[in-house]
Amino acid sequence: MTNFLQQCFNGLVSGGFYALLALGLAVIFGMLGVVNFAHGAFFMLGAFGAYLVLVEAGVPFWAALVVVPAALFVLGAILERTLIRRLAPFDPLYNFLLTFGLTLVLQDAVKREYGVQSQPYPRPAELAGTLDLGLFDYPAYQVFVLAASVVLCAVVWLVLTRTRIGMVVRAATERPELTRALGINVGRWVTPVFGFGVALAGLAGVLAAPMRAVNPLMGADLIIAVFAVVVIGGLGSVFGSVLAGFAIGLLQALGNLYVPALSQTLIFIIMAGVLLWRPTGLFGREEART
Amino acid sequence: MIRLLVRHTEPATRYLLLAAGLLIALALPWLIYPPVAMDIAAWALFAAALDLLLGYTGLLSFGHAAFWGSAAYAAGLIALHSGLPFPVAVLGGAGLAALLALPIGYLSVRTTGIYFAMVTLAFAQMIYFVANQWRDVTGGENGLQGIPRELFGLDLSDPFVFYYAGLPIVLFGLFCLWRVVHSPFGHVLVAIRDNPARARAIGYPVDRYKLLAFVLSAALSGLAGGLFAISHGFASLQEVYWTTSGKAVMMVVLGGIGTLWGSAVGAALVVQLEDYLSTSGFNGIGIVTGTVFVLVVLLFRQGLWGAARKLGTRRAGSRRDGRASDVSAAVEAQPAPASSALPR
Repeated sequence: MTNFLQQCFNGLVSGGFYALLALGLAVIFGMLGVVNFAHGAFFMLGAFGAYLVLVEAGVPFWAALVVVPAALFVLGAILERTLIRRLAPFDPLYNFLLTFGLTLVLQDAVKREYGVQSQPYPRPAELAGTLDLGLFDYPAYQVFVLAASVVLCAVVWLVLTRTRIGMVVRAATERPELTRALGINVGRWVTPVFGFGVALAGLAGVLAAPMRAVNPLMGADLIIAVFAVVVIGGLGSVFGSVLAGFAIGLLQALGNLYVPALSQTLIFIIMAGVLLWRPTGLFGREEART
Repeated sequence: MIRLLVRHTEPATRYLLLAAGLLIALALPWLIYPPVAMDIAAWALFAAALDLLLGYTGLLSFGHAAFWGSAAYAAGLIALHSGLPFPVAVLGGAGLAALLALPIGYLSVRTTGIYFAMVTLAFAQMIYFVANQWRDVTGGENGLQGIPRELFGLDLSDPFVFYYAGLPIVLFGLFCLWRVVHSPFGHVLVAIRDNPARARAIGYPVDRYKLLAFVLSAALSGLAGGLFAISHGFASLQEVYWTTSGKAVMMVVLGGIGTLWGSAVGAALVVQLEDYLSTSGFNGIGIVTGTVFVLVVLLFRQGLWGAARKLGTRRAGSRRDGRASDVSAAVEAQPAPASSALPR
């Protein structure tokens, strides 16, 4: 029983990463109609950024949580302004290909500088120990990551549904032309939203640094799993993406416990099932099928 | 395709171009390092097979490494354990790729556009994990090594000789593609690409056509992948990894989407570039290829062959009646300037 609960916790922690990345993907897709292949590379840059500012400038984990996403926000905004915007009038597949090219560049640039071996990143001292969760002890850092991802998703959800900015973004996502006709400057929000999605990926990267291997390839395989998560949840559905993220993390951990042979392929089998049953994803709308 | 290019030129030019292509294919190992020539030939077939989907059916598959790679493993295993002539092993690989493409294609064609790209990518990753875990068969991270090249006891160890043994397979594959594209079936695919709703309304079972195109494309990718494994003597996880899918897409886009020959040109350029970079000891090939790809997508979406064709049509158009042809103004956003021959 303890083992089972522990696995559930592990699953939810890794589900938190899926959810954060899927959330960023979904927000970007909603606003720009772009599927950002480079999302995994930005996640990796987040983790590497945390490592670099620690080693080069001695910036601690808590400061890195702010500094690195901010830097990635700027990077994302620049990329949107200089590259992605140019392909906006064309088939969205071109931007998919563009971000694929960016992924190769970013990944190999980091690999060239620092090699493929994993860099060590210490846990913040405040979260070094374990927490007594009643039935079992659990690393405090993992508990923090889970709480942080839940809170972040909830905050983004609240911003999207309860604030004026969120209203504009959602309106622009659903009916860009109509929103424009109502006198709202939709174009103004494109760059910040893309930057925000990239910053979210970077934040997830910083969170991952103390518990996962920091290396240039850490985002590559993860992003494809996140694509599967997004397909399961429904591309364009923020809620579906987040929910699918946590659910897939949980299922994967349980699969790991009971059918270890399937641990890596389970997510894709679930995706196949969802495609059979609901090709637009569990929470996707017909419009999302472009 | 040749026919498009030739529409505005004399019939003799068509055969001249075809002959020139054949001549280049035959002369390739004299011009460049023979193993690289073989790589170019295999990748050219792979890219052209992918273009059948991307350029003619309007589906961007980002998971074709699954078929190229699984065929590489299958061909390698057949050659290692049976001692059959290598073309049989390569055909076996193509057969496995086609078999694998049936369920993957069946599920994937239920989606379109960017969704299709993500789904195929995800399925290819699944194949990658299977290959990684199934160590007894695939050798895991070591891959399959020492794959023999058997052909009725002939000595094919010289890459120069092997090129001429493998080339017929590539030419056969390209000929198949050429026939498919120009068949009534191929025209239906183009109709589906340009207007799926209308094709459905006319009475074509769109999803079944897409699935058949997917399986054909996968089988021919498998033909290329099997040949690649035999020519290198090994099959590794790299063959099923997502970067391999991306590389093939890169070749198609660079050569020009919807132009089979363009894919071959794109393959030649990418293979040459990577060979040049790796022999010059540059660490970080992705920086260069990724940048090239970004630039091509940004500035050069019609690709090399597309640009050449545009030039050709413009010249032909001005010669005819002094007006620039409309074909040259084909919307860039479209995957390809359509030959839009709807079935009569």
